[in-house]
Amino acid sequence: MTRQISAFAAGLLFGCGLLVSGMADSARVLGFLDLFGIWDPTLAFVMGGGLTVTFLGYQWCLRRSGPLCAVHYQIPQRHDVDARLFVGASLFGIGWGLVGYCPGPALLAGAAGLGTALWFCLAMGAGILCWRLLERNSWLPAKAVKG
Amino acid sequence: MGLAGGALIGAAAVLLMLANGRIMGIAGIVGGLAQEPRSTDTAWRLAFLAGMAVPAVIASALGLFPVPAQMGLGMVLVAGFLVGFGSRMANGCTSGHGICGLARLSPRSLAAVATFMAVAGVTVFVIRHVLGGV
Repeated sequence: MTRQISAFAAGLLFGCGLLVSGMADSARVLGFLDLFGIWDPTLAFVMGGGLTVTFLGYQWCLRRSGPLCAVHYQIPQRHDVDARLFVGASLFGIGWGLVGYCPGPALLAGAAGLGTALWFCLAMGAGILCWRLLERNSWLPAKAVKG
Repeated sequence: MGLAGGALIGAAAVLLMLANGRIMGIAGIVGGLAQEPRSTDTAWRLAFLAGMAVPAVIASALGLFPVPAQMGLGMVLVAGFLVGFGSRMANGCTSGHGICGLARLSPRSLAAVATFMAVAGVTVFVIRHVLGGV
């Protein structure tokens, strides 16, 4: 139960962070991505603040013998940069640039009941399931190592 | 506000690592639910999403939730699909690679973030300045 409570608290903080930072505002995100328009630098600060806290926090966490409510840390161990990573990140980048929602803000806006976001989330779910089917049926060369 | 909001996002990532030993990646959390619904991780993943929904519902009730610009349904659906498919294919999105991965100095995350930032920037450029839309 403690794992659920801590995850709920983390979700709460994350949702508040997305709202306060402006990440939940797709127009603002597109303004940040549009270097050749009226550039909105806010998201650079979001990234800066987020990275600083996470970097220092992780250093502190990982010095401990293990997490508080679980047996051990589950950190991705892969270091290889493969084609799948680039293709996936590119497809994600196109979708992000088209509407200005990445998964977190899309879910947040969906929970807020915005029509556009609900359709976006529905399609996002379809994309996730589609990838799962592709990967599961090994229609792709070299099955991905879970990282 | 950007810096404060970013710090909150970072605090969330640190809390999930400190308490549960997990990376806070939204694509991973949602993808994990779809991929292994009977896993012991399902309960905390759902709890995380429930926690996220609280500020969204409150902000929405107060009329403070930012409303996106009008856009075609077709574009929204294509974009959503690409975001879901691509973030799972790349094993992460803005939170998993962009915050948690970069904070771990992961080379995969650096490559992913550089790629999706650049591609998203080009996409916005093409739509706004080449096609003249949105």
